[in-house]
Amino acid sequence: MKDERRHFIKGFFIVIGIVFLIKLFSIQVLNPNYADAAERNTIKEEVEYPYRGLITDRNGKLIVYNTPVYDIKIVVDEFFLQDTTKFCNLFGIEKKYLKEVIAKSKKEKHTYKPFPFLKQIPNHEFAAIQDELINYSGLNIVPRTVRSYPQQALANVLGCIAEIDKRELASANDTSEYYRQGDYVGKTGLEYNYEALLRGKRGVKYKWVNRLGIEKGKYRGGDSDTASVPGENLVSTIDIDLQKYVERLLDGKVGGVVAIEPSTGEILAMASAPSYNPNILTGRDYGENYTMLTQDSLKPLFNRPLMAQYPPGSMFKTLQALVALEEGVITANERIYVDGSLVGDHAPPGYYNVIKGIQKSSNNYFYKVFGRILNKSNTGNYFEDASIGLKRWREYVTSFGLGSPLGIDIPSSKGGKVPTVEYYDNIYGKRRWALSTIYSLSIGQGELLVTPIQMANLAATIGNKGYYYTPHLIKEIGDTGLPLPKYQKKNNVPVDSVHFNTVIEAMAAVVESGTGQYRAKLKDIQVCGKTSTVENPHGEDHSGFIAFAPKNNPKIAVAAYVENAGQGARAAASIASLTIEKYLIGQTERPWIEDYVLKGDFIY
Amino acid sequence: MRRYEDITKKIDWITVALFGALVLIGWLNIYAAVYEEGSGKSIFSMDINSGKQFIWILFDVILIVVILLLDFRTYESFAYYIFGFFVLFLLGVLFIGVEISGARSWFDLKLFLFQPSEFAKFATALALAKFMSHYNFKFGKLKNQLIIATIVGAPALLILMQPDAGTTMIFAGFAIVLYREGMSPFLIIMGFLAVALFMITLFVDPTYLLFAIIGIGTTVTIFIIAISKKKVKNSLISIAITLVVGGVVLSVDKILSDVLQPHQQNRVKTLVDPGIDPKGAGYQVLQSKMAIGSGGFSGKGFLNGSLTKLDYIPFQSTDFIFCTLGEEHGWLGSFIIIVLFLALFIRVINISERQKSRFARIYGYGVASIMFMHFAINIAMTIGLFPVIGIPLPFLSYGGSSLWAFTILLFILIKLDAHRMQIL
Repeated sequence: MKDERRHFIKGFFIVIGIVFLIKLFSIQVLNPNYADAAERNTIKEEVEYPYRGLITDRNGKLIVYNTPVYDIKIVVDEFFLQDTTKFCNLFGIEKKYLKEVIAKSKKEKHTYKPFPFLKQIPNHEFAAIQDELINYSGLNIVPRTVRSYPQQALANVLGCIAEIDKRELASANDTSEYYRQGDYVGKTGLEYNYEALLRGKRGVKYKWVNRLGIEKGKYRGGDSDTASVPGENLVSTIDIDLQKYVERLLDGKVGGVVAIEPSTGEILAMASAPSYNPNILTGRDYGENYTMLTQDSLKPLFNRPLMAQYPPGSMFKTLQALVALEEGVITANERIYVDGSLVGDHAPPGYYNVIKGIQKSSNNYFYKVFGRILNKSNTGNYFEDASIGLKRWREYVTSFGLGSPLGIDIPSSKGGKVPTVEYYDNIYGKRRWALSTIYSLSIGQGELLVTPIQMANLAATIGNKGYYYTPHLIKEIGDTGLPLPKYQKKNNVPVDSVHFNTVIEAMAAVVESGTGQYRAKLKDIQVCGKTSTVENPHGEDHSGFIAFAPKNNPKIAVAAYVENAGQGARAAASIASLTIEKYLIGQTERPWIEDYVLKGDFIY
Repeated sequence: MRRYEDITKKIDWITVALFGALVLIGWLNIYAAVYEEGSGKSIFSMDINSGKQFIWILFDVILIVVILLLDFRTYESFAYYIFGFFVLFLLGVLFIGVEISGARSWFDLKLFLFQPSEFAKFATALALAKFMSHYNFKFGKLKNQLIIATIVGAPALLILMQPDAGTTMIFAGFAIVLYREGMSPFLIIMGFLAVALFMITLFVDPTYLLFAIIGIGTTVTIFIIAISKKKVKNSLISIAITLVVGGVVLSVDKILSDVLQPHQQNRVKTLVDPGIDPKGAGYQVLQSKMAIGSGGFSGKGFLNGSLTKLDYIPFQSTDFIFCTLGEEHGWLGSFIIIVLFLALFIRVINISERQKSRFARIYGYGVASIMFMHFAINIAMTIGLFPVIGIPLPFLSYGGSSLWAFTILLFILIKLDAHRMQIL
């Protein structure tokens, strides 16, 4: 048995050898296709870059579209120059640069294939050199597109695209194996978040070319070619006219404004100031301009509505009241006497109920209310109560979307902060803190931090009487006509809608005759709102205001924050109410308020 | 003096001659692959691969002398140590090795790159030979089978983790050694069938395939029921086989889509349809075949190959070195090289068979198997019979590690053979 095996093995080797020889015979002797030695044909791959998806605003106005640019690649082996100076002048480059490119191509052994030479030549420049190009061999033209922003607004939201870098290439291809060097990808904002939908699919054409670069026909008759697939178009929730108006209002100030449609969570406007013109981050100057923006001390790239974390201030009282009502520690009409002794206050001493407490923004009233929430469980141990109370309180507060990022469809959101029991335990020790330590939370100060978008969402939730849709920026994707699934989900909060009625009445009272009456009251529309004057240890207080309108079936909810602008009743309330007017009526009927804002010199 | 004479008489000069011929042809061929008309570089120029290869060959000679001078018993005594040594290297390279072309397979020693997987092959052959040559060794014992699996499997797995799928495949060649030593051919046949099934699943829609399998299975079962005597037993077996094959097809399909990376899938699919990805996996094979094909019957002549120049074929002095040969020397050239290789393999087998020591024989088969696997996979790849994978062609591909590893592999056997009469 073993004897035969050695023969089997030898035989096996010989059989394989024969198989090879037969196949070789067929390739080398029998097959005429391969015998063509005269022409050194090779296959040229022509990439067809896909048309990136467009973005329009909610009314169909184009906010992002594609403009053509041209990349020029060089095949060093086929490149031949008689007059270097003329060539360099034509393309507007230094001889040194040309030499560098050729040297690099040789170093990477890339001389037989197209190698990157010039990138993103704008259309008008290209037109000038187009005719001359045929005089030079070894140059390949690759049409590309880059983004253009006709509205010149919404920079932080839209984001930008640029060439993919090595790190991104490695991580992206772990999952999709799609990207290649030279592709453009979204880097920030919507371009980044919706990259997979916007990018479309690369197409490719294969052609036979001979050693002179002359096309000899389609490879396999075009069977291997694939057409490029354009990216999905997106419809944004943004109303671009409103957006531009709000950006104008914020000009010269530092802060953020967010406007949401309460019934859907669609973001109507989201402005951060200071900002920049999105067109400076497109095209060739991207790198340089981006660096410049990152070094600007006022941080224009910082998207305040999402990333600026402020203590909410008095606007938090609305939420505080809802928690108290739901917990049953107060009733809608119950009156509590406050004498102003517990904490600093603008409101005078007297009897307050929920509505008056909010309307006049009484700190002492809410100090007491918060105390009741904390001590509800009444175990007999003051500290134990506080721990239990805070935990329950936190559950309510976080259910409104505070304490963690809401989940908007652009990257880099901060979540704000809602302190936990453990947090205070770590600072003060377990069961060693109570109302007297953490009372700042009662009036929206202390360790509480929120972002403007969270506050706008709060306003929407109140306007809706108990639910919200996660705020988002894209309402329709391609043909589906729908946003991403998570934005179709209704989020209910565990507070009975009847309690919302009380708070809504209170917020109407704020605008009618309370702290908001001077700048937020509109003639024919009933606005509900709440002011905030956020303490700022470093300078002027910040001005904050949340609102929604009209009172019944609100169509818009707004949060406005202006840094260092003093009382909330002034700058923020003005901006918020102007925003509402613009959206609901189309213009303001109070030009003196508009003037006040536009000329307002609230900062630096 | 006498010892020296003994050795020179006992060395198998035929093998050495075949070795020398291949190395020489390889060297000339590398020059042809990198030759640039008008550059004026001689074959010894250190700017190009042929010059460097010459240096590697010089070191190779030193290596040969060392191997032949060492006591022949060294190899058997130290087999396990050598093996363990290289397994440690394989482990180490995963952590402190450098990554080239996506695989962490090399140690950067500044002057050159050291690739442990090349040397792990002969180390495995040594260890396997030593283990299987033990006095009481029997194939049937499970413990022995497991140890064999570890000796072959451990380095293979470590190499797979680099990842270097090509070199891992070489280890499958040890099946030849096992077969010779008495392992049941059943496993080998199963292995082949599995690969065949895998290939078929790749190209035929699993649904159709399943229908076909069920159809065939049913027919066979009915046939059995009609004709066979042991109806129940045989038909049950037939049904079981059908189910197993069907299950394999399904799981292969699953593995294909989930385990194989798309570019690896592409490489396999390109076998049948080279047009699928002409610029990727298909490109190399297409260019390779074009180059080889353009050689015709007798080739374009030494240094006249145009398609294998100027980097039209990636990796042309290493993995695709056969192209230069095919283009410049045509079918005749290919024929000669293949015959030389086959002659070498058969000679090695003959040498193995005349060994008195089991260790030497088993090792010898290891040598033949390893070299054969490289030969088969590499050439198959260049002519489009196997997916593109990074495997050198022994003695012909450019590279120090590769040349030395194969030399060590071969000359240990020559040394053992020279002393075959000294075994009791």
